[in-house]
Amino acid sequence: MDKHANIVVMVNGQTRQLRVPVRRNLVDMLRHDLGLTGAHVGCEHGVCGACNVRVDGVVVRGCLMLAVQADGAAVDTIEGLTATGEIAALQSAFVERNALQCGYCTPGMLMTGAELLLHETCPSRAVIRDAISGNYCRCTGYQAIVDAIETAALARHGETAS
Amino acid sequence: MSDLTAAAWPGASPTRPEARRFVAGQGRYLDDIDMAGMLQVAFLRSPFARATFDVLDLEAARACPGVAAVLTGQDLLAVCAPWQTAFATLPTHHSPPQHPMAVGEAYWQGEAVVAVVAETRAQAEDALEQVMIDWSPVDAMVDPGAALQDRALPCHPDLASNLALDRRIDVGDADSAFAGAAHVVTQRFMFGRQTGVTLEPRGILASFDARVGELTVHTSHQAPFQMQEIFARQLALPVEQVRVVCPDVGGAFGIKLHAYADEMAVVAMAVLLGRPLTFQPDRLESFLSDVHARDARVDARLAIHDDGTIAALEVDALFSFGACSIYPRSSLGEALQALDLCGCAYRLPAVRGRVRGAYLNKVPTGAYRAVGQPIASAVVEQLLDHAAAAAGIDPLEIRRRNHLSCVPDDGKPHLSATGMAVGPLSLDACLNRIEEQMSYARLRTDQAHWREKGVYRGIGLCTFVEMTGVGSRLYGPAGIRIAGKESVRLSLTPSGRITCRTSATDQGQGVRTGIAQVIASTLGVALDEVLVTSGDTATDPLGGGAWASRGIALAGEAARLAAAELRANVLAIAASLIGVDVNGLGIAGDSIIDDAGQPVRSLRQVATAAHYDSSATALHPLPPLTVERSFAPADKPYFMANGVQAAQVEVDIDTGVIRVLDFWVVEDCGRVINPLLADEQVRGGVVQGIGAALYEHCVYDDTGQLTNASLADYLVPMASEMPDIHVSHVSTPERATLLGAKGIGEAGTVGAVGAIWCAVNDALRPTGQRVWQQPFTPSHVLEVLYPEDTAPGSADR
Repeated sequence: MDKHANIVVMVNGQTRQLRVPVRRNLVDMLRHDLGLTGAHVGCEHGVCGACNVRVDGVVVRGCLMLAVQADGAAVDTIEGLTATGEIAALQSAFVERNALQCGYCTPGMLMTGAELLLHETCPSRAVIRDAISGNYCRCTGYQAIVDAIETAALARHGETAS
Repeated sequence: MSDLTAAAWPGASPTRPEARRFVAGQGRYLDDIDMAGMLQVAFLRSPFARATFDVLDLEAARACPGVAAVLTGQDLLAVCAPWQTAFATLPTHHSPPQHPMAVGEAYWQGEAVVAVVAETRAQAEDALEQVMIDWSPVDAMVDPGAALQDRALPCHPDLASNLALDRRIDVGDADSAFAGAAHVVTQRFMFGRQTGVTLEPRGILASFDARVGELTVHTSHQAPFQMQEIFARQLALPVEQVRVVCPDVGGAFGIKLHAYADEMAVVAMAVLLGRPLTFQPDRLESFLSDVHARDARVDARLAIHDDGTIAALEVDALFSFGACSIYPRSSLGEALQALDLCGCAYRLPAVRGRVRGAYLNKVPTGAYRAVGQPIASAVVEQLLDHAAAAAGIDPLEIRRRNHLSCVPDDGKPHLSATGMAVGPLSLDACLNRIEEQMSYARLRTDQAHWREKGVYRGIGLCTFVEMTGVGSRLYGPAGIRIAGKESVRLSLTPSGRITCRTSATDQGQGVRTGIAQVIASTLGVALDEVLVTSGDTATDPLGGGAWASRGIALAGEAARLAAAELRANVLAIAASLIGVDVNGLGIAGDSIIDDAGQPVRSLRQVATAAHYDSSATALHPLPPLTVERSFAPADKPYFMANGVQAAQVEVDIDTGVIRVLDFWVVEDCGRVINPLLADEQVRGGVVQGIGAALYEHCVYDDTGQLTNASLADYLVPMASEMPDIHVSHVSTPERATLLGAKGIGEAGTVGAVGAIWCAVNDALRPTGQRVWQQPFTPSHVLEVLYPEDTAPGSADR
């Protein structure tokens, strides 16, 4: 009854071959087939952003994409971004500013923040708020998150300027 | 104290150790836990607000792939007794009994009726579609006014009436005060029904090992000891055989404080089937099963003298509960506190109040952050603004004229008009500080200038008092087995480190870090030598958990007491080991130091000797290196905190859209242990209050269907709509503790709702109209501004 498919996905730089139910979504595949529990499930209807992952360089909702749609794609999760050190400065800024409380929105929020900083060197607070408006956080009220992303942006800008 | 411990001192802001894990995606939440042989549960839920049902056939469901079992409420009676909420101190409060799953009749849309246990959640949900069940809808009670009429159909057959609560207070001579007042202002308030929307849904993973008779439950919850006691009792297991573990919890806010029927069902099925079972409601289910909150109609009026001083307050509140009183704390808290905290910040010569609660065929209601206190403060603050306008007095000034006078700091209880114990407060100091912080006078000037240009900006203030650190008097005397104390067990380990197990649980607040700071600074050790953990009934000392803003206030005090005792014990052992007078010794960092500040032994050496070679010391018996202490307020029921909040909003009178431009909080939570963590609690709480005022609403239709049960339709605050929130503090240390800290977890939500009410109606004052139905959606704003344009019946939203 459950149709399956064989897929090949590059996850965090590593090629993985998987057999997945065709109806399984990407975030469920990452979490349960690969044990990468950093991406979280908050709504399963694409609103909260807890499931944000990067697919072929673009941050998408892991709950709105089927695992089979990731066949042949490169998927990066929070675990991968941590392992490479790609977002180490942003993560430190979050820790220092306490831009997280329960931590459940945090991996998705970091994904979005990292993508913003790739495209904008010096985003204003309004631009930051707009960029993270697809990431629901119930704990922080957002200000600390905006502060942390702003801090990371300024630090990065300082690095490239000097 | 040495520089080594400076980072730990109360007032410093060290970061939380767990934050490092969380930013790396290494949190371990309920759904991240895998257990061998684990099966998934899915529930069929009632699609009707009230209906009887006949389960016709389960065989088709049982035959579905991956299905291990399909169970009904009837099946669970074999292992799990029904429960019934009762409050011994309020014997008139009757609740229908609750079963883990409905038996024969369901009483709210969303009540669980049939469970499928399968290898995957998807397979379980597939099987649900094969359950053959016959529904017969019954007239549902959905309106509180109708529910409380004579001969109204009770919403449950075990109820004689739908009246869950009827409480009155009458102090002073309200009638004379209203009759003789210079001004009387009146307002009807509607507070929309809300839900918590924790980003991580509730969750439970239950495993019963019949070989040793042990039940282990992992649960995304705030009160593990409460649930341990309940699971043991309902399943007839010795409490010592039940272990409850709370992993990382993705947001709680009171929603995860209750004993939910579907979670009890999972535990009961785990015992019945002998397999580990896990369940998390998905988001759509959460809207129909998490406790709902607020949902009240309040009619209130305020009488003032010519000089703006309050003569009397009258409040009549009608709360809409759900189909039963949530277990074990009841659904009463919101309603009781909405009345009890009314006017507590003010000199109130006369007050007449009534609060009623009506059972309805809706999702049961229960404690959600700030529990009734946002309503209490919003009502009084909004009336004060109307009174100020009537008397021609500035709104800030009218508060100043009415604030409760400084209560003498003599340790004696002083009671508000409503009977609440208020200690020393700092209302005027907070008001003065916020006036300065927000540049109030300049904002008023700017407001007038904007009004001339047709831009409607409003300034709203909200003074609030709130109960924190609620102790043993709330539930103990009511016969409810919830600990009002918090506890710590502190140990010096053989490695020379300090471990602390505490009953205070953490869902992101950072209470463990605050406790570590208290311990480190009392002992004299470095912060990173102290490891604080909580959330496991097998290893923690018994205590309340996380609710009523208690973590640092109560567990912090217990930690302070325990650390002082441990310090004395360690030094006594060290002195005996070295052969010197204990009075010359101290602790700094990882060492015992002499009176010249020189290290004479390491903590590790002392610990090793004490644990493994106590013959090295002449001290017998050896003072314990593990100390357990508890704390709950003794002379008073809670620590009253206070503050003032302020909002500046802009209302677009053409579209009805409200923007929050700026927000301020001046909070007095006593001694602030970690300013970074405390301020973030305030900010998060404020945004929940703004969400309540502007966005959040569980919209029921008149058949008892929740029409907006998804995140697309139930609007929650997102970043682009929220302002920066300026937080500052006044500090009146709590007298009853050495630590001096009051609670802070709910303060933001307590005052934010009232600040927005006042700000919006302040913006609209030139129009002669006022909003009265929260959330203030654009459509509601337009309805009040342009009543002649409103089609009939559209006022319901």
